[in-house]
Amino acid sequence: MAARTIAELALALRDGETSSVELTQHYLNRINQANTGLNAYITVCEEQALTQAKLADQRLADGDSSPVCGIPLAHKDIFCTQGITTTCGSRMLANFVAPYNATVVEKFNAAGAVTLGKTNMDEFAMGSSNETSFFGPVKNPWDMERVPGGSSGGSAAAVAADLCVMATGTDTGGSIRQPAAFCGITGFKPSYGRISRWGMIAFASSLDQAGPICKSAEDAAIMMNVMAGLDRKDSTSVDLAVPDYTADLEKSLDGLRIGVPRQHFAEGLNAEVETAVREGLKEFEKLGATLVDIDLPNNHLSVSAYYVVAPAEASANLSRYDGVRYGYRCDNPVDLEDMYKRTRSEGFGDEVKRRILVGTYALSAGFYDAYYRKAQQIRRLIKQDFLDAFDQVDVIVGPTSPHAAFALGAKSDPVAMYLEDIYTIAVNLAGLPGVSIPAGFSNGLPVGMHLVAGDFDEARLLNVAHQFQRATDWHLQRPDFKIEEGSA
Amino acid sequence: MSWETVIGLEVHVQLSTQSKLFSGTSTKFGAEPNTQANIYDLALPGTLPVMNEAALAMAVRFGLAINAEIGKKSVFDRKNYFYPDLPKGYQVSQLHYPIVGLGSLTVTLEDGTERVIGVTRAHMEEDAGKSLHEDFHGMTGIDLNRAGTPLLEIVSEPDLRNAKEAVAYLKKLHSIIRYLDISDGNMAQGSMRCDANVSIRRVGDTELGTRTEIKNINSFKFVEKAINYEVMRQREILEDGGRIVQETRLYDSDLNETRSMRSKEVANDYRYFPEPDLLPVVIDDQYIESVRASLPELPDQKSERFATEFGLSHYDAGVLVSSREMAEFFERVVEICGDAKLSANWVTGDLLGLLNKNNWEFADSPIDAERLGTLIARIKDKTISGKIAKTVFEAMIEDQDDVDAIIDKKGLKQVTDSGAIESLIDEVITNNPDQVQQFRDGKEAVFGYLVGQAMKLSKGKANPAQVNQILRDKLK
Repeated sequence: MAARTIAELALALRDGETSSVELTQHYLNRINQANTGLNAYITVCEEQALTQAKLADQRLADGDSSPVCGIPLAHKDIFCTQGITTTCGSRMLANFVAPYNATVVEKFNAAGAVTLGKTNMDEFAMGSSNETSFFGPVKNPWDMERVPGGSSGGSAAAVAADLCVMATGTDTGGSIRQPAAFCGITGFKPSYGRISRWGMIAFASSLDQAGPICKSAEDAAIMMNVMAGLDRKDSTSVDLAVPDYTADLEKSLDGLRIGVPRQHFAEGLNAEVETAVREGLKEFEKLGATLVDIDLPNNHLSVSAYYVVAPAEASANLSRYDGVRYGYRCDNPVDLEDMYKRTRSEGFGDEVKRRILVGTYALSAGFYDAYYRKAQQIRRLIKQDFLDAFDQVDVIVGPTSPHAAFALGAKSDPVAMYLEDIYTIAVNLAGLPGVSIPAGFSNGLPVGMHLVAGDFDEARLLNVAHQFQRATDWHLQRPDFKIEEGSA
Repeated sequence: MSWETVIGLEVHVQLSTQSKLFSGTSTKFGAEPNTQANIYDLALPGTLPVMNEAALAMAVRFGLAINAEIGKKSVFDRKNYFYPDLPKGYQVSQLHYPIVGLGSLTVTLEDGTERVIGVTRAHMEEDAGKSLHEDFHGMTGIDLNRAGTPLLEIVSEPDLRNAKEAVAYLKKLHSIIRYLDISDGNMAQGSMRCDANVSIRRVGDTELGTRTEIKNINSFKFVEKAINYEVMRQREILEDGGRIVQETRLYDSDLNETRSMRSKEVANDYRYFPEPDLLPVVIDDQYIESVRASLPELPDQKSERFATEFGLSHYDAGVLVSSREMAEFFERVVEICGDAKLSANWVTGDLLGLLNKNNWEFADSPIDAERLGTLIARIKDKTISGKIAKTVFEAMIEDQDDVDAIIDKKGLKQVTDSGAIESLIDEVITNNPDQVQQFRDGKEAVFGYLVGQAMKLSKGKANPAQVNQILRDKLK
């Protein structure tokens, strides 16, 4: 049962094959048994989940046909959930019980979904391996010695291990797509502004975007229908009608022009990953698409530009964590300065501190023009590269990550870690929609294929991804993840 | 050595919107601490700003009132620093692209001369909360009710040359914001705050001297004193061969001196960058014109109109328009009694005197425009004399009854019956034979004495003009 997709579970609920309460209990049992090892969940909301499930069953009985009604989901612990601890993977917020719901959470609640719990993540979304979390690293269900990717590692691992059927994530430089690739599932990041950031704890305001983490493009489309839409409480939220993202899934790919960026198949790309992606591209040709070689000439600048802009914005976004009004406060502060210094030194982990320092430096007098302003100008060039490319092609396809999941503790050099996002980061800088879908294996570990479309072309992206998943079965592969005694 | 003073004023005006600049929390004054601060104001994780359009409209109104360039695309920036009354650890302000650009206003000095003072810019920003040190025994209490209230920061060009000009500029600014009704403009309560940048240089020098910033000035009077003190302080230093340290100084009104607060040379680096949670504010000509259409008549225009329409002197007109409340009060009085000159005298004289003595605003006046207008109307229709009117006025302070009722109650109606006046005068002539004889012998001055006696006999109620006329007739 847990191995099914959202669409399949929705059917099972409607057919009476199962109930939301039964389904929810089923997932809770699996979490109970598996989470100690996997560490995908920080908080499990057993009581609340069952209460929501009962209400959902009532709604279903009354004939409610919302596609996610009664379906259990997990929220990345970056989304404020009213009355539930919201930690953002940090000691700084380990005691923070949110007094309100993020818009994303409200939308799922209104649609009748059931919240199983809050998933683990890199601290303040800063990381590409889910190793910076105050609550310990998350393991990859395909190989427990390896990372699931980050920063939405908990959500990805939970979906891959069937500890939920759907999860929310956030993506600032690749934090939905890269863990999806490492865990062999589907991770979708919509255009900037498509989904509300209200209640989504801010890392880098002009780059952060929420998105679905699930088992298929179809499931992602179902989730997008719930998540997307204008929210007046978020001034960067876009006033564009939300189409039915499931409507165009079956469109033929005949005549589709696929851009293959030279820069994404260069040095540093693992051979098996490249093979898998190139095989995937052949699949697209079989489906009627044409491949076009394209250039993203400023691609090599994307990581540098990102690691100026994102930390700069983060350095300001994290200033509010000072021990004054909520969250962690150091013991017995002597005076104000002592309280600030010790609260922030003790409350934040190393990677967060590193980025705050970098960001503060990049904004400081005498350096602002050379770093922050320059990076924002480069950003425009990067966006222009994409706009130029989309004059010739409809979607751009390449690898999500240069290699498959690496071992825990393998990347101790922060800069080496930053290069993990080399294919995904430009998409955030450009504000475009991107998705990672399973495309094969490298040494027994999942390989993700990365697809990018133009501004607000989510429907097309989901269509292309879905057609690939109709023609292949990579996305149906499951890790050999055993849950002892009493599992389903 | 001849020194020239150069002053620039930075005025922060709290805009009187109903809710804060970026959140829907009430801005009402006087609430219990921390009862007017929502999750955005408290900077809880995940909260985001949404701009209050009413604040934008107020800022544009101000810009139009000072004939300034209006920023059609203005941008909010984050100004970063740590302080417990600044919950986010940054203030959302506007740096390079303010909503209002270069403008000016005209100031009339005490001697009647006019000076045009430039306004460099005005921008919107969030107010911080309040830090309360008393009552907390070695700690500080933070009240965030004020955090997030919209401010308009108005920066003048360094065009002011002495303390009196600075005060005149401040008063004109205050008058404008009151006319526009965009702020209470109350310096004592903090809805209008003034910082003064002061420097001096030798007459003839084109370069500006090192300036200091004076803070903690909370009345017009203290603005003048603080500036004068600072100018003197700087003169002494420079004449002694010393140098001015560029710094922020606090004005102490008890000791009438300024004291060093912090050196501006090692000032905070605010690390400004454009606010990524807000889009640039883009407004078009249509919007600007719709705001312009909503502007009330401003002091300068009103003053001109009072002079031409009502035939008032520029001085009188100037006094009347110095506050919107007074100007409107005056117009209402004229509406009722039809005599602008008399109204001007009564409003700027007796009424203003009464209000100032008791520290009342026009809104608190025990004598409203209707009653004052009626009082003057009774002078004009000769029900009472101007002199008796003063007595009625005094009675009207305590007694809220209408004017006619008070005149009746006190029996102050002017006597205009010629028969009655004739008998009065007959009595006076009978009782003052010597003075009558002196007048008939040519001593004109004694006439006034006889008039006075008649008035006294009538307890002031006889119509003076009639008394004059009838007495003269009888003495022929």
